[in-house]
Amino acid sequence: MIIELGHYALVLALATSILQSLLPIFGALRGDRSLMQVGTTAALATFGLVAVSFAVLTYAHVTSDFSVQNVWENSHSLIPLIYKYSGVWGNHEGSMLLWMLILTFFSALVATFGRNLPETLKANVLSVQAWIATAFCLFILLTSNPFARLLPAPGDGKDLNPVLQDIGLAIHPPLLYLGYVGFSVCFSFAVAALIEGRIDAAWARWVRPWALAAWTCLTAGISMGSYWAYYELGWGGWWFWDPVENASFMPWLAGTALLHSALVMEKREALKIWTVLLAIMTFSMSLLGTFLVRSGVLTSVHAFATDPTRGVFILAILVFFIGGALSLFAFRATHLKAGGLFAPISREGALVFNNLILTTAAATVLTGTLYPLVLEALTGSKISVGPPFFNMTFGLLMLPLLLAVPFGPLLAWKRGDLFGAGQRLFAAVGIGLLIGGIVYYVEHGGPIMALFGIALGVYLIAGSLTDLALRAGLGKVSGSVAFRRLKGLPRSAFGTSLAHMGLGVTLIGIVAVTAFETEHVVEMKPGMTTEAGGYTLRFDGMRQSNGPNYTEDSGHFTVSIGGVNVTEMWSSKRLYTARRMPTTEAGIRSFGASQLYVSLGDAMADGGVVVRIWWKPFILCIWGGTLFMIAGGVVSLSDRRLRVGAPSRAKKPKKLVLEPAE
Amino acid sequence: MSRKQKRLAIIGGGVGFLLAAVLLVMFAFSQAVAYFYMPADLQKTQIPPETRIRLGGLVAEGSVKRGQGSTVNFAVTDSIGTVKVTYTGILPDLFREGQGVVTEGKFVSGNPDFVADTVLAKHDENYMPKDVADRLKEQGVWKGEEAAK
Repeated sequence: MIIELGHYALVLALATSILQSLLPIFGALRGDRSLMQVGTTAALATFGLVAVSFAVLTYAHVTSDFSVQNVWENSHSLIPLIYKYSGVWGNHEGSMLLWMLILTFFSALVATFGRNLPETLKANVLSVQAWIATAFCLFILLTSNPFARLLPAPGDGKDLNPVLQDIGLAIHPPLLYLGYVGFSVCFSFAVAALIEGRIDAAWARWVRPWALAAWTCLTAGISMGSYWAYYELGWGGWWFWDPVENASFMPWLAGTALLHSALVMEKREALKIWTVLLAIMTFSMSLLGTFLVRSGVLTSVHAFATDPTRGVFILAILVFFIGGALSLFAFRATHLKAGGLFAPISREGALVFNNLILTTAAATVLTGTLYPLVLEALTGSKISVGPPFFNMTFGLLMLPLLLAVPFGPLLAWKRGDLFGAGQRLFAAVGIGLLIGGIVYYVEHGGPIMALFGIALGVYLIAGSLTDLALRAGLGKVSGSVAFRRLKGLPRSAFGTSLAHMGLGVTLIGIVAVTAFETEHVVEMKPGMTTEAGGYTLRFDGMRQSNGPNYTEDSGHFTVSIGGVNVTEMWSSKRLYTARRMPTTEAGIRSFGASQLYVSLGDAMADGGVVVRIWWKPFILCIWGGTLFMIAGGVVSLSDRRLRVGAPSRAKKPKKLVLEPAE
Repeated sequence: MSRKQKRLAIIGGGVGFLLAAVLLVMFAFSQAVAYFYMPADLQKTQIPPETRIRLGGLVAEGSVKRGQGSTVNFAVTDSIGTVKVTYTGILPDLFREGQGVVTEGKFVSGNPDFVADTVLAKHDENYMPKDVADRLKEQGVWKGEEAAK
């Protein structure tokens, strides 16, 4: 009965979101306030109904109600409670319901916190949000009903896919979806602005917090997914340029560009048309990502199931929204007045450069991801576009951007002084080269590109700090004054600095692990030792054990350095009994930011076992850097000037009006 | 600079950059992609040595032999042709005889075996790589979901 209630709530949510998609926009068109206000109520109602529906599905999973097909297929009575929860979105139907929940959550946020928005803009935004909600609600109800029943109810479930039984995967999808779907608000604002045919700096001020929040969540989601793939798949890789990874990376690139261009629009009223287009493109990338993942058109490690009707349905949604928004853009963009002028060398110029590179990079990733599909459709020959392609194109494209990042905040609006900025970055360049030299000395050489990469990363970090130091007047005024000034800087200045620093940290991690990691594949018998990264690993033997829903063969290793035991490691292979599916649980130990990574292979007839041992220097920097970026996003979001409608403080001198984080 | 010159500088720079990016992508496509083949294709076409390709099919029953250390030999078949593969490393968890597999690597001159450096693992016990499934269906070898188990 409760299950049907959840289904019913979802049908009702469809009804309320249809109301929400029609009435407010009519109201805005006719200037009818009461119709416009329906939007707020309807948005809250839709969110409430979807939340009920989601809660019911969660209830079914937690109580292991195997009469529900979705539960039967993706759960098991024996799995730990947390995976009963995460099993709700560890499957196609549930994850679409989560998508829907987050979408309506954002609509409800706009409805609640958008009190300062012009009435018509708010009504239009809510209507556009509801169009998306209606489309996805129909999709769930017609092709992916999570509440379908099984009669008679089976005795036990088929178990959640073992690789999804992990804490990382419990958190990864919600974060990723918060990012993906958060950009829907930017999209709705863009479409609403096009419908109204009016757009100004205030629009950018309203959109930026949403873009920033979505970007922060997306960054966290991607980072979490990458770390999950690293430790759970047991291949030791952290990024595979897999189509599904690309699907989340493209909106991230476009969203990063959007953050920066909205900045120009907010401060200088320039790049209006471009920003609107970018807002549309970012969410289009999110939709495309959903399509690629959910339709299973691409061979991917993530494709749960392939069902042609679903693919066609999402493709229709994709075409409708992207095509519709772009047509609207084509008709209306000329009505929008272009704004402020600027010299090529200026803060605006730097941000345009950023946008140019980021969108080109996104387009490159898109091309690489879709090219195999297109080629197969046209010629029938199958190719795989893998890491070599992306490393070559994406890597080269990023290079000029990374070099330019510290310059951006140092250039003045309107007309900047490139030479002056370069002079101020002397120290940063010097520190970068110095560290590069030290690495050269410590590693006795090493590939020149790697040294350059590490120097570049250090330069990024030092460059971001330079910006803060210059703003505080460090060295020019007394220490206490500088400290007071630093404290007085807007939070967004720290946000910018943190995010840019994070980029440097991540870069150092990527370069260090790519250039200096070592990998050994050896056959080991108990008592044998092998070296990795200066540590000695001794294989002590195997042990069998049972988990709640799996059996496990674990190898025990003792790690020592110079004859002194430092730590011990377990690396295992599990066999999940319900699905008869084996997984690898790699043994990982951190030493500072570096890690030892041990993965077990097959047991040999003579009692030995094949072991793969990696030494991954500074690998934690990759995800550590994203933590900086996330912190940058959060700090910027807390800047009072970003809060919608917050009164701006007039006492700040012009010089200190800085851009919020990118 | 006048308004016109400024605009020209920005647009010109942008177009130049885009052009460079397009050339880069085209160059990368000519260099860094791997074509997908089945054993049957290799009977018809000769792959020059040192060319990276993907080879997919089913792991032939009884063909998996462990060599020295972590070197493994097995054969990939599509019931029309069979190609022997040498791989050094740890096989994915779901690698089994009779199962679908995709390997990536190259032929080296003087050795008839395909030298793979990557053997792809997928997340499902019934998994059949899409490329392989499509082709096996075409050739009538595919026997539905059961055959893949």
